[in-house]
Formats: sequence, structure tokens, C-alpha cells
Amino acid sequence: MARFVVRRLIAMVFVLFAVTIVTFLIFNVIPNGDPAVRMAGKIPTETNIAAIREEWGFNDNVLKQYGLMMKKVFTGDLQSYFTQLDVGEEIVRGLPATLSLAIGAAILWLMVSIVFGLYSAMRAGKVADRLLTILALIGISMPVFWIGALMNHYLGFELELFPNGGYVGLTENPIQWLYHMILPWTALSILFIGFYSRVLRSNVLDTINEDYVRTARAKGLSERRVMVRHVLRNSMIPIITLWGLDFGFVLGGGAILTETVFTLEGVGQYAAESISQLDQPPVVAVTLFGAFFIVLVNAIVDIAYAALDPRIRLEA
Amino acid sequence: MPADALLEVRDLHVSFRTEEGVIQAVDGVSFSLQRGEVLAVVGESGSGKSVTVGTLMGLTRSPNAKFEGEAWLRTGRDGDGGDDLELIGAGDEQLRRVRGDQIAMIFQDPMTSLNPVQRVGDQIVEQVQAHRDLGESEARNRAVEMLDRVGIPRAAERARSYPHEFSGGMRQRAMIAMAFSCEPDVLIADEPTTALDVTIQAQILRQISEMREEANAGVILVTHDLGVVAEVADRIAVMYGGQIVEHGTIDELFYDPQHPYTWGLLGSIARVDRDRPERLPAIEGLPPSLSDPPEGCRFRPRCPHAFEACHRLPALERRGGQSPEHVDRCFLSPDEKHSLREVGGQVGLAARSTAA
Repeated sequence: MARFVVRRLIAMVFVLFAVTIVTFLIFNVIPNGDPAVRMAGKIPTETNIAAIREEWGFNDNVLKQYGLMMKKVFTGDLQSYFTQLDVGEEIVRGLPATLSLAIGAAILWLMVSIVFGLYSAMRAGKVADRLLTILALIGISMPVFWIGALMNHYLGFELELFPNGGYVGLTENPIQWLYHMILPWTALSILFIGFYSRVLRSNVLDTINEDYVRTARAKGLSERRVMVRHVLRNSMIPIITLWGLDFGFVLGGGAILTETVFTLEGVGQYAAESISQLDQPPVVAVTLFGAFFIVLVNAIVDIAYAALDPRIRLEA
Repeated sequence: MPADALLEVRDLHVSFRTEEGVIQAVDGVSFSLQRGEVLAVVGESGSGKSVTVGTLMGLTRSPNAKFEGEAWLRTGRDGDGGDDLELIGAGDEQLRRVRGDQIAMIFQDPMTSLNPVQRVGDQIVEQVQAHRDLGESEARNRAVEMLDRVGIPRAAERARSYPHEFSGGMRQRAMIAMAFSCEPDVLIADEPTTALDVTIQAQILRQISEMREEANAGVILVTHDLGVVAEVADRIAVMYGGQIVEHGTIDELFYDPQHPYTWGLLGSIARVDRDRPERLPAIEGLPPSLSDPPEGCRFRPRCPHAFEACHRLPALERRGGQSPEHVDRCFLSPDEKHSLREVGGQVGLAARSTAA
């Protein structure tokens, strides 16, 4: 176990290192990637650009530039090229909205999927099951930016049932926080609910025919206990794994579109804005932030998997 | 059929609706089980033996299954017969209370019959608590005691192990411990040794036998292995095509078999006291289709001795048996049976081509 953790930590450092290199280098090859031209304003002059190049160190070799940026990342001195705002502060500012969205949506989609998946499996082949199957397919097929925009427009703007985007801090006003989060949570969850309930349904149908479920019945356990302790618990193991990975993904940037559609001003929206401005420092920092969560959650999921299924042994 | 039978099955029919039509898996099976005895139910795959015993436990219940007949469980726990329960028509909840408590079951494959992610001890605790009003620690003590009784070393420690940390034999021991944890009156063992090494088989059978004696339970042992039967059974019911074709004590079945199918089974046992043949004799042909069974005697299409009368279904009754309990479903006369079952100096089924 300790060996596993150490190995995973080392691997994590390598992955994150590679991520920074790739994101950094991309800016040296994409068109219009030269920040000096863009920083020089609407009517840039040659001397102006040259001065900016000199001042920000864009004339140094790539390795040195990379080193400087990484140093700034870890000392917290990283600044946006265009807004001149501190990148670290911006990320911290966006974090509550991003965490609210990811955690809330993850809980929502897991709970709803369990209910739908279990119900669907127990009614397999019946009308309710078929209906849920169709709903799941529709849910999987709808892109989040589209369903998000529709919800925002009809439920928020036209019917005024919900706020038209925006984020209110949880500590500031919990009721308003919840009120503002309902639509983003729902929009983000729909795809996952469709997917998870299908996976759970088939897992339950597989598990229900296992010999140990027959044993559980033969022991005289109540049907409820058989379903919960033997069928559902064993069917949930792969779901929990999937859930952890998807949570890491959503937290690490998978909710960029949702945040943008609902103007939550979280880390994802910050990332989207920085990308559209080709603002290298925040893009590198946000990518690193996202990758960190994804890698971290991956390691946690592996450990959790071994805890849930004793047959799994952790060998890195 | 004695009135004091612990379990009495009367004319049990089980059929399943499938896409290929209706499968008549069990077709008029009757037997009884006394306290303290081992009844072996023998037959090949698809003979209906597992469905028969699974039905007693209610494990074959499904929207596509149809049941007829009765199965009375008379544990006599309250002494006046008020405790009798008819298993086939019993409600789900009534049946749930009985299974694991008065009737317990051991399954064929101990590798898959235990929940892989639950500790072995917990799986026994769960059963004990389903039927006894015991606290966590009392139930746990019971589980450890049971594991100890079936010969699992360091039982308290092993109760915390997961099934994959047990060998196949140990898992089957754990299943036996579980089955006896609530002191059942009836134990159903469905091919309990089939999935195990030959060296372990005898140990497991002995274990079941010992536990049965201590609990004074009746055991139904389902198997296709007559070697297993010879070791522990008191009586044998031979099943073929969803019906019992011969039934008698172990001595009657082994030394005076009446039904050609029984001859075939006996003829195909590998025996250490005889020269090993080039190939073990097998019964020619295939088991009958259960959705479209042959007319008359179910064994007729494979039987080298079939004649005109076999197009009617023979009743299960005393024909050439030495005792009233030795019954079979074969129209051949006792003399014919005597002479026809001798094949090469021992009991067997003649090949079809050489039959008259």
C-alpha cells in the first residue's frame, strides 16, 4: 500500500511535468501565439513590441522561458499577459464556483443514476425500462452547452423560474447559492445520468444471476437485503470507479462549457476566456491545475477500488 | 409413504415458459425424506434433479415458471403438526423464513457461491441474524463456532478472510458451516462435490454426514456421481427426463437394479475392483428433449430393450423389487430384467446394435 502510494506520487510528478511542457510548447507553434504583438495594443509599433519582448523575456531561449514560468507558477508570481492580474488569485477566486458545480453535480448524477439504473434493471424489458432507456439515450446525445443554453433561455430568461446564470457564494447566501446551482448541476448531470444508469442497469442484471445471490436468497435473507447488500453493492463497484474518474475530469476542466454557459465565473470559465485570448500563463496554470486533480483522483480511485473489492491487490 | 416423513413431495410438476416453448423440467415427482437419512437424487444433466430441489427452496420461482403438486415440510417443531408448511404454494415471506432456517442448501460451485466482497464470517452472521434474534457478537461467535466445527483451522481468524483467500474445499466447508448455522431439519446438497478435487470430495461428504448426524437432519443429496452416492446415501431416487424412474434403498439399487437406465448408470462407473476397460461404457443417445418429450417411457428412444408396451408411460410402482419401497418405471418382466442387465458378467446396459 505504502509502496503503491509512493510509486503513484512519483508517476504523478512525471505526468504533471509532461503536461506543463506540452501546454507551454503549444504556444510557440500556434499562429498568433506571439504574446508581445497582442500586448502592444491596437496600434503596435515595432519599438513597442521590441520593448515588450525585452521586458517580459520573450527573447530568451525557450528553455529559459519555460524555467521562468515554472518558477513563477510555484512561487505564485504568475501574471496574465493581458490583464496583468495574478493567475493564482484568479484561480482561487474561481475555485468555490468550480467546486460547487463539480461536487454538487457528481452527487446528483450518482444518486439519480442509482435510482434509475436499479429501477430499470428490476423492470427489465417492461415499459418503464424501455422508457428509461430512451431517456438515457436522449440524455447521452444532448451536448451540455446546448441543453444548458436551452435551460438558461427558457427556464431562466423566459419563464424566470431560475436565475439567468451567475454564481452566489455558499457562505454568502446558501439559499441563493442553491438556487443558482440547480440549473448548472442538472445540465452537467444529464449526460452522466444517461450513461451511468445504463451501466448500472446492466451490472445489476449480470449480478442478479450470480451464484452468490442465489446463496443469499437460500439463506433466507429478505429480498430487500439481497438486493441492497448483495446485488447493488457488487454492482456499484465499477460505478464508483467510474464516478471517481469522472469527478476528477469535471473538476479538472470537464465543466468548462457548463461554467461558461451559466457564467459561473469558475476556473473553467477562466480557462475558456484565457484560451480565447491565447493568454499563455493562465492556460498553463489552469491546465496544470486540472491535470493535478485528474491524476490525484485517479490514484484515489485505485485505492478505493482495492478497498471495495478485496480481490484487487495494489501493485504499481 | 410413512406419515411421519420430515419432507413429503407429492406429484411435483415444474414447467418453464421459454422462447423455444414450454419446458417440462419436473414431471410428476414424489418422494419423502425421513429425519436422519440421506436421500440421493441421481441423474444426468437436464434430468430435473436440480430444478426439483431448487423448487423446494423457492429458488426457481419466476414469472415464467409454473408449479403443481405439494411439498410438505413437517419439522414437528411445535409437536402438533401446526408447524407444517406446504412449500410449493407458500407465500414468498413464509418461505423466506423457512429457508436458511429449517431448510438449508449447499450449492455446486463453492468458487462462485460465496459473495466475493464480503468476509466469510459476515456471510454466516448475516444468515444467523436473519433467523435468530442474536446480537452482533453472539451471531459472530456462532459463525466462528460453525467454521470451527467444519474443520477450518484458526476459525476466529479465518472468519475475517474473504472467499478468495480460501481454497475450494475450505469454501465448501464454509458453505456447510453456513448451511448448518441455524440447525436445519432438511439439508439440500446440490452436487456439493462436483467442482472439487477427488481428494477433497470424500472429506466434504464425510463432513456433511457428520453435521447431519449432529443436527439429526434429513439430507437430499443431488448428484450425477454414483460413487458419491455409494459412500453416504441410504436411499436413491434415479431421475430421468423430469421423472423418477427407479427408487429404492442403496443396496436394492446397486445389487438389484430394475430400470435399464439405472443399469446404464451402474455400468458406466469406473471401478477399482475390476480390470480397466478400454473405454468406460456410456449410455448411447442424448437426453430427451424436455419441451417435446418422447411418448411413453422417457428412456424408450435410448433403450436397447424397448418393446411395444413402452409407448405407454409406465407408472412408478413395485414391479420386480424385493421390498414395497423398491419401485421403478419399466415394463420388462422381473425375469427379463434379471437376464438383460447382465452384460459381460456385470450390470450394464447392452449396446443398441447388439440388442435383440
